[in-house]
Amino acid sequence: MSTLYTALNMTLIFSCPIIIAGLGGLYSEKSGVTNVALEGLMLIGAFASATTIVFLEPYTAWAPWISIVVGAIAGGIFSLIHAFASIRLKANQVISGTGINMLATGLTVYLCQIIFNQQRTQTFQTGFAKVSVPVLKDIPIIGPIFFNNVYATVYIGFLLVLITWYVLKKTRFGIRMRACGENPHAAESLGINVYKTRYIGVLISGILSGLAGGILVLTQDTQFTVGSIHGIGFIALATLVFGKWNPFGVLGAGTFFGLSQIIRMFVNSVAFLSFLPDEVFFAFPYVITIFALILFRGKGNGPKAAGIPYDQGARS
Amino acid sequence: MSRFKLALQDEHRSNLIVSVLAIILGFLAGLLILLITGLNPLDMFIAMGRGVFGITDAGFNIRYIGEFLVTVMPITLTGLSVAFAFQAGLFNIGAEGQMIVGGYAAVFVALVVKLPIGLHVVVAVLAAAVAGALWGFVPGLLKAKFNINEVVVTIMMNYTAMYTTNYLLKLIPGSSLTKTADIPQSASLSSSFLSSLTNQSRLNWGIIIVILAIIIFKIIMEKTTFGYELRAVGANRDASRYAGMKVSRNIILSMSIAGAFAGLAGAVMTLGTFGFGRVLTSFDGYGSDGIAVALIGGNTALGSLFGGVLLGALQSAQTIMQVYGIPKEIAVIVSAMIIVLIAMKNGLKDILKRIGGIK
Amino acid sequence: MNVDPTAKIQNISVGMQQRVEILKMLYRDADILIFDEPTAVLTPQEIQELIKIMHDLVAEGKSIILITHKLKEIKQSADRCTVLRRGRFIGTVDVKTSSEKQMAEMMVGREVNMNIVKGEAKAGEPVLVIKNLDVNNNRGMKAVKGVDLVCKAGEITCIAGIEGNGQLEFVEAITGLRDVNEGTIILNGDDITKMSVRKRTNLGIAYVPEDRHRFGLVLDMTLNDNMILQSYYQKPFSNNGFFDFPEIRKYTERLSKDFDVRSSRGPDTIVRSMSGGNQQKAILAREIDRSPDLLIVFQPTRGLDVGAIEYIHKRIVQERDSGKAVLLVSYELDEVLDLSDIIHVFYSGQVVGSIPAAIANENDLGVLMAGSSLEESHESI
Repeated sequence: MSTLYTALNMTLIFSCPIIIAGLGGLYSEKSGVTNVALEGLMLIGAFASATTIVFLEPYTAWAPWISIVVGAIAGGIFSLIHAFASIRLKANQVISGTGINMLATGLTVYLCQIIFNQQRTQTFQTGFAKVSVPVLKDIPIIGPIFFNNVYATVYIGFLLVLITWYVLKKTRFGIRMRACGENPHAAESLGINVYKTRYIGVLISGILSGLAGGILVLTQDTQFTVGSIHGIGFIALATLVFGKWNPFGVLGAGTFFGLSQIIRMFVNSVAFLSFLPDEVFFAFPYVITIFALILFRGKGNGPKAAGIPYDQGARS
Repeated sequence: MSRFKLALQDEHRSNLIVSVLAIILGFLAGLLILLITGLNPLDMFIAMGRGVFGITDAGFNIRYIGEFLVTVMPITLTGLSVAFAFQAGLFNIGAEGQMIVGGYAAVFVALVVKLPIGLHVVVAVLAAAVAGALWGFVPGLLKAKFNINEVVVTIMMNYTAMYTTNYLLKLIPGSSLTKTADIPQSASLSSSFLSSLTNQSRLNWGIIIVILAIIIFKIIMEKTTFGYELRAVGANRDASRYAGMKVSRNIILSMSIAGAFAGLAGAVMTLGTFGFGRVLTSFDGYGSDGIAVALIGGNTALGSLFGGVLLGALQSAQTIMQVYGIPKEIAVIVSAMIIVLIAMKNGLKDILKRIGGIK
Repeated sequence: MNVDPTAKIQNISVGMQQRVEILKMLYRDADILIFDEPTAVLTPQEIQELIKIMHDLVAEGKSIILITHKLKEIKQSADRCTVLRRGRFIGTVDVKTSSEKQMAEMMVGREVNMNIVKGEAKAGEPVLVIKNLDVNNNRGMKAVKGVDLVCKAGEITCIAGIEGNGQLEFVEAITGLRDVNEGTIILNGDDITKMSVRKRTNLGIAYVPEDRHRFGLVLDMTLNDNMILQSYYQKPFSNNGFFDFPEIRKYTERLSKDFDVRSSRGPDTIVRSMSGGNQQKAILAREIDRSPDLLIVFQPTRGLDVGAIEYIHKRIVQERDSGKAVLLVSYELDEVLDLSDIIHVFYSGQVVGSIPAAIANENDLGVLMAGSSLEESHESI
């Protein structure tokens, strides 16, 4: 039983970055810009966070928190390249995003070489500390899963799901954003600045991806390497399809993919799985993502204008 | 000025202008980063020149030219792979994975299957092409039948390829935890002739495969009705359907053939350059290099060769750059910037037209 | 203005939706109202109502800018008319003192012949026979409901109606782009209901699609490539899968000459850079040159200048006179009345009335297009 609790507890920790990056992708797509650069933005966030904590941790206990904020800011700034390319220069958004992923790979390792003289950052000592919430942790079932020995960042993920739902469904800004992703020409004719709205959408996706990258590296790793994100950004992108472009759908899908990540840690305690080689479990999250895409295919609720550069002159 | 204007109004020539501009700006971005991080940008170009022309402190060394060609080979092949899929309107980010499985298939045939000299190497190379094709077939099928975005699928296939082949490589008799045994001479692409010609570089018969691949690509795309169908499907799926073309079949075939080109890159690396199979801890990046190569080359056969030579020059200079204290990732940064810039080609054209005074 | 404020927008007619748009402009206190091709999706009766509303607004002191290509509407509603051609200012005229012909000439830049010269049709055997056809639209809802229709050789059969009443789905079912739920499509005696597009093309169907950029052309390929779009795999254009480029070039040059297709770089022109009229002529050339038994033309002149319209209408009549069956689908009543020999009106996926062109008039067609039957409307009068 305690193994199961630990497993679910670990699932929360591993789902958290996927969910946050997925929400980031949601903002971008809802405003009409496909963002396959989530992976690269997470990489930038992870690098910035890991570097910051290496330098700050001797001085302050707040280092992890400051670090993920720095990661979020770095992700936000970096995403402006994608925004500028896709929005102002009418780039093919998938190609531009791919270029940015590659740029992030090159730039982060390059900076590691400059700063640390090696292919990765130095290892940091503490990262986030796990917390337990008094009283709540004693609630049966829910307590041990949600409130015992978890990273506080997990709650940020849940909170962001709620905020995103509220922003997209209930606020004027959210409705405008969705209009830009569905029918930008109609939005423009009603006085909405499509370019500005899309810039904001991409910027939020950069901030959230950077945050996700920072949280990932500070909760699951001891240093930043080029393999730190290992496809999580693309899995986050898949949560949009799987979760039907809905924040709660992203939460569900992210949790599922988080579970697929941690299975390898628990193989040994499950007898009928333990004879399988490690590589099977390394590959598992990626294979399961492909299957999820097949099962949950369909045009679904994806924003109609996502991926199409907006041209004021052209009529749809 | 008026000739410049005319060229901008012409579709083909304006694409060329934008590509050249993207390459120049890409290198400029690299320079800027070197400057910001306190390094001398000139060193990068000196390193490139030395790498390509084989100029060392001890004078001319032709081995550098051989090694330069060795770096050109795989990225030209993955470039052809990406370009082939692009022509059919598909974005193959999966060249990396297709190359990995191709490399595995070649090593498997080389080490496990016993065949006579002459035939052995041919079968090993073909096995790589088939394995790569299979790895391209899957996303092609999912795209054609279920309209599932090939980008996410191919990325997932890349990771799947890496972990699966890492396991399978270690099962081959004689493998260590990091590599397989050396492949036998009968299945090797290595060439003592080419090697001695270039002062013991790793240059090998893979170069023949690259040349053949370029010719095949060119013939298919430019001379055959099959290539025409692929281009039509890529440019306008609906009109192709009305023209009676089998859109699904063409999508699947184009991804499979793209995979085959990448698979060949795997064979060139394992059977030629290295002479053994490697257990990978992370991606080598040949797939993303292929994207840059294809985009630089406008998705054509000869263009990919040009893109391969250009990026090859940058990459073969990496070791020399490190002597100057320049991290080798500057090559990745420049390639990535070129990709982003070429992605923006429509916007860049508009800007150029505005500068050129064409409304 | 007669609008039900509690109705959902998706449930009211397009004419009503337009009134809502006008109301929106009014409550925002707009003084200048711009109408951009407002009549494209309206019945003649609705157009008259709209013009009346515009006159009322002008009487209240509002200014109206009307963008349209329909001369008749200009005549009815405007005070002054400014003609733009290829982005250039041509001139401003006083509408009362200018004739339609005069304004048309400003639009085209040369003298135009507004009347189509067309002799009696010599109807022959049925070429296309459709029985009880049922087709779904993209959302899986029934778009065509039990339609029967016959197209005869030597006759222009026309489908009239407001856009979106099943015409597109109906035609796509005939050309093979859309699956059929029920019913049969017979071409020259062969049941083609389940045949592939290519087989149908080879049996003699040609199609000039409504959305020429989406279905008619591959814009980023050359004129050469586009001229052989359906026949690239046949001799003489290719042998065993390899192209014979000189043959293709000869063919493109011949078609361009025959159909007056103008392009900057001849057969090597990227089609995207050609004008709309020349693009449409290229499609028409390709489709007609295959010498089909059935030529389907869908909104053949949408968005074209008067000169190109004139030419295309002439070629369609020529095809009829050479004994081909022509199926014309058009939302433009003038085109319907000018070209057709027999008119079937589509409303909500059904044929609600069929009138020989000789006795058709705008009013009756308008009544049918709005979904009412002629008997009812005559009774109410």
